[in-house]
Amino acid sequence: MRLAQILPGTVVGLILFFLAFPIVVVAIASFSSATYLTFPPPAFGLRWYEAYFSNPDWLKPTWVSIWVASAVVVLATFLGTLAALGIARLPRGLRIFAAGLILSPLIVPGIVVAIGIYYAYSRYGLVGTPIAMVLAHTCLAVPFVVTSVTASLSGIDPRLEQAALSLGATPGATFFQVTLPLIQPGVLVGALFAFITSFDELIVALFISGTGAVTLPRRMWDDLRFQIDPTIAAVSTLTIVLTAALMGAAHLLRKRAEQNRMATSSAAP
Amino acid sequence: MTGAGMNGAGSASGSGASVTLSNLEKTYDRANAAKAVDGVSLDIRSGEFLTMLGPSGSGKTTTLMMIAGFETPTAGDIAIDGKSVVAMPPYRRNIGMVFQNYALFPHLTVEENVGFPLKQRGVPKAERAKLVAEALELVHLPGYGARYPRQLSGGQQQRVAVARAVVFKPRLLLMDEPLGALDKQLRENLQLEMRRLHADLGITFIYVTHDQEEALTMSDRIAVMNDGKVAQVGSPEDLYDRPDNRFVAGFIGESNFLPAIVRGLEDDVVIAECEGTLIRALCPGRPTSGEKVTLTTRPERLRFTDGAWSGTTPQNRLSVTVTEAVFAGERCRYMLQAGDGTSIVLKEPSSTAIRRRAVGERAEIAWSVADTILV
Repeated sequence: MRLAQILPGTVVGLILFFLAFPIVVVAIASFSSATYLTFPPPAFGLRWYEAYFSNPDWLKPTWVSIWVASAVVVLATFLGTLAALGIARLPRGLRIFAAGLILSPLIVPGIVVAIGIYYAYSRYGLVGTPIAMVLAHTCLAVPFVVTSVTASLSGIDPRLEQAALSLGATPGATFFQVTLPLIQPGVLVGALFAFITSFDELIVALFISGTGAVTLPRRMWDDLRFQIDPTIAAVSTLTIVLTAALMGAAHLLRKRAEQNRMATSSAAP
Repeated sequence: MTGAGMNGAGSASGSGASVTLSNLEKTYDRANAAKAVDGVSLDIRSGEFLTMLGPSGSGKTTTLMMIAGFETPTAGDIAIDGKSVVAMPPYRRNIGMVFQNYALFPHLTVEENVGFPLKQRGVPKAERAKLVAEALELVHLPGYGARYPRQLSGGQQQRVAVARAVVFKPRLLLMDEPLGALDKQLRENLQLEMRRLHADLGITFIYVTHDQEEALTMSDRIAVMNDGKVAQVGSPEDLYDRPDNRFVAGFIGESNFLPAIVRGLEDDVVIAECEGTLIRALCPGRPTSGEKVTLTTRPERLRFTDGAWSGTTPQNRLSVTVTEAVFAGERCRYMLQAGDGTSIVLKEPSSTAIRRRAVGERAEIAWSVADTILV
């Protein structure tokens, strides 16, 4: 085989290896039987998963993370969907401005956002409460919902809403029976991203989770600073699996929505 | 059918609604924007099939959207059965509408699509199923209820859209270029079906198209639109045989335009000089002698005579030279030149009994005065 034929494959392979290597190492290490974090592990076992599932110091932050992320999903999906619907109806200039404002948490460095949130929340005594975590993570998650719902909305023929109105559906009925079902994949994808955004978030958590609302990433961070215990590898692996599953679900939803759209638009050019 | 909101506009009689547009105007709020619709007045009779025909940008779709309630008129009034509907939201107008790209709900089955307007009106499920089945029968799609729109062809989708727009028995049906996306063969079939549907339902149809053949085939009356105004309203025959102006003469069918100078008047006939020959034409107005005018006549109404004219009506004659001869199957099409350069098109049936003319040949053509209009 000639070099030109092997080279692209090799480069892609190296990139993939580079990207996946840390994940693979962590996953392998999590099944280690050793007391210390060593690689490669001398033997395999599930003792660090046992350690995780039997230690309240790990389980409690896990539940905090799940509760916070769930609340964020509800809030961010609701607000983000409404925002996307509103933005789509704004005149062009205002639309770009409003979209920019909502997307700003994605652009501004995380540490800056975190400091801002810390100052703002400490003034109202919110730091260290789960409510603070929910509110802060909602700010970070809303842009993902807005982006994903806006994409769904742009794929909808505006005449479908006109058709519904002409057939006697009130604006409310039109929204619930036509618009919402059509943007549903976008809303669900947005919700999944909202969950992941909150569940994986560390920087803001470092500033405002205090001692009352320690989330899983924050607990992992604390753990790393004081000891290196293979439990963290087990936790990491579980987090990776969960995140990957959610991303996979989001991908499937998107693909389904795309297929639907293509099927209708190809029949009606 | 007894649903409460079923008869938003007008009474529940079986006939169609009458629609009156009075000085309707629409300006989009851009600075110095031309009026999209500029003083349109139309009386659409109960049960009529009226087509708004015009090029894109002529204001026909905007007018339709104002009748449907999706656009608000800048000025003027829309009355359905004598009652102004300008302040009424679209979902209360009880008007059926068929869109160009069908606008079927992709997440609903055919049955759910057609049942949608009934559901909004609180029609009970059992009755809904019956009415949906009837409507699908009407458009020749029985048994397609469980499919999704994407599983149907374009023509089938359009039939479903029609079924959905008439299932709640509106007295007025609006159609915005409903056949525009279909191929020619299918379009011609559906044109006939639309006519049949109109006869069966007995309701008023307002149909928008840019296709003049479609308009001529289907309509009781046609309103030709140009630059936001109604250029002429009349039956297809009226528009074709007696166009009011140059735009209508050129937009509907093919026309010859002959520049001429008025030389005299004889009752309702004007005598004008064209390329040194006197031509008689029908003329609704009273042009003054010496005025420069345009006469129009249809290519298929002209005949080569060589001195012998079989018609009994008064006629016009003109000497011409053949500059182009094209055999087009059922017809022969000749390009002729009269005098100093006025081009004239002549079409005649391609019978083997008729001698074909050669390029460069000199000939005389003749046509009826009744087929000559001053525009």
